[in-house]
Amino acid sequence: MYEGPVQDLIDELGRLPGVGPKSAQRIAFHLLGADPADIARLQQALQKVKEGVVFCDVCGNVSEEATCRICRDARRDPGSVCVVEEPKDVLAIERTREFKGRYHVLGGALDPLSGIGPDQLRVRELLARISDQEVTEVILATDPNTEGEATATYLVRMLRDFPGLTVTRLASGLPMGGDLEFADELTLGRALSGRRTV
Amino acid sequence: MRVSHLQVSDFRSWEHADLELEPGANVLVGRNGQGKTNLVEAVGYAATLGSHRVATDLPLIRHGCPRAIVRVAVVHDGRELTIELEITSGKANRARVNRAPMPRTRDVLGILRTVLFAPEDLALVRGDPGERRRFLDELLVLRAPRYAGVRADYDRVLRQRNALLKSSGHARRAGSRGDIGTLDVWDGHLARHGAELLGARLDLVADLGDHVTAGYAGVAPESRPAHIGYRSSIADSFPAEYGTPGTRADREVLHDALLAAMVAGRDAELERGVSLVGPHRDELELTLADLPAKGYASHGESWSFALALRLGSYELLRADGNEPVLVLDDVFAELDRRRRRRLAEVAAAAEQVLVTAAVEEDVPDELVGARFMVAEGKVARHHE
Ligand SMILES: Nc1ncnc2c1ncn2[C@@H]1O[C@H](COP(=O)(O)OP(=O)(O)OP(=O)(O)O)[C@@H](O)[C@H]1O
Ligand SMILES: [Mg+2]
Ligand SMILES: [Zn+2]
Repeated sequence: MYEGPVQDLIDELGRLPGVGPKSAQRIAFHLLGADPADIARLQQALQKVKEGVVFCDVCGNVSEEATCRICRDARRDPGSVCVVEEPKDVLAIERTREFKGRYHVLGGALDPLSGIGPDQLRVRELLARISDQEVTEVILATDPNTEGEATATYLVRMLRDFPGLTVTRLASGLPMGGDLEFADELTLGRALSGRRTV
Repeated sequence: MRVSHLQVSDFRSWEHADLELEPGANVLVGRNGQGKTNLVEAVGYAATLGSHRVATDLPLIRHGCPRAIVRVAVVHDGRELTIELEITSGKANRARVNRAPMPRTRDVLGILRTVLFAPEDLALVRGDPGERRRFLDELLVLRAPRYAGVRADYDRVLRQRNALLKSSGHARRAGSRGDIGTLDVWDGHLARHGAELLGARLDLVADLGDHVTAGYAGVAPESRPAHIGYRSSIADSFPAEYGTPGTRADREVLHDALLAAMVAGRDAELERGVSLVGPHRDELELTLADLPAKGYASHGESWSFALALRLGSYELLRADGNEPVLVLDDVFAELDRRRRRRLAEVAAAAEQVLVTAAVEEDVPDELVGARFMVAEGKVARHHE
């Protein structure tokens, strides 16, 4: 245990995902010796992330404005909507450069153990979006794990009755039990282009 | 297959141990509490990623140490693969094969196969049904490693569905709907994974049954015949011959039967807040003549039955073309002369067998081979 503020910092850092007690200590002492200007920039970035970031009205992705860059981009096909769990999954799919449509971020997956049902996800918004707009294809790109698969099954049932709507799921081949973001670009790209109607 | 080299660090009582093992018999001898079982437990861990003695990993790490390391070199079909496992308490374990990190620890399953018989196995006969389900599932994974994934998926879906049943049950009693609209989804997934697990278990019992009966007749020829049978929570809704020798269970049939049982039992499930049908409720029945072994078999009969389950597993894997390493932990002392002799015959014919004993005289003469003396934190090869 260190005294006062240093230990406080170590404790706070240790609460971040993927940061163990050893790394927390290393980061804390790095910051202690860092240039004041660097610290100020970090401080600002931390502040802005809570104050400056909003969620896109349309797709739910993190955004700087009310509507995100992808939803504003006229070159992106509004007829094709890719449904993902988290904003980080949008980045993963963008990296493949395979997809020219738009996104819908659910904000998680069905997870009764954590008390998460459809009402805690942006499901209603998805259904509204599909009824209002000229969406012709919904690609279900939830994670290839228990909760992601259940969410996909649930959405297939909800979307079944929209006339003229094609619902597809990423092709298998993604490492099962994993997170979309951990799949490499090639694998994810292949899963996307090989998607199948469900 | 065989283990050519075993190394452990901070595993159980061992700060460090390093053994070159031989084909055929390897006998570890030493007084009580010297760490013999700890060594064979490490071999079993490399094969199953679990211990035959404890359900969690924490006791495997030497007291006061951050992690344990188990390194096992396996020779199979003339090729050598080295499995290295790092067991860390409260964090994900790490696995390497020939120094290359594996994406998931369970990717090492299937490299080493062991069948381990130990005093704890009496619980296979006398313990709860969960012990026997675990026996079946571990054997399934030894036969086909992908079942580790099937089992994990099933358990995860089951936990999610139980959570939903519980919250929906509460909601229903409070007059609201909650998330019951998603229950169908979990029903479907439970039925899909459940049919796969149930079908695999039924097929396993179909293949294993005769080996167990023969194994029991071998160790206890004077006793009544032993049989195993699978009792499913939905046994009425699929053909009765499933799980008997020479049959294969149709996964489609099982899927539909599970789904129908969930729909029919929905009220009771919501009431109790748990899933009432599926492979997690099933039982592997052990019978001697027509009586269940549990509650009726004598101490000696129970022992023989436990031994027959392990010998049957060993014979089944051999018949599959995957001869496992046989591990006999402290079992000879418990057996009478004839059973000892019979077990020694099987063991002496094995490609490799690891034996532990506190008293050297308990080890039958048939098991000539490498001898190791285990005492005071050291293992010494004994040359006569
Ligand atoms: N995590 C641990 N850290 C330190 N010591 C441990 C740990 N787990 C077990 N031990 C010690 O290991 C010893 C038991 O070792 P083991 O079970 O291998 O004995 P054994 O040689 O098989 O004895 P027996 O002949 O009685 O079966 C005990 O003394 C126990 O205290
Ligand atoms: Mg022992
Ligand atoms: Zn958007």
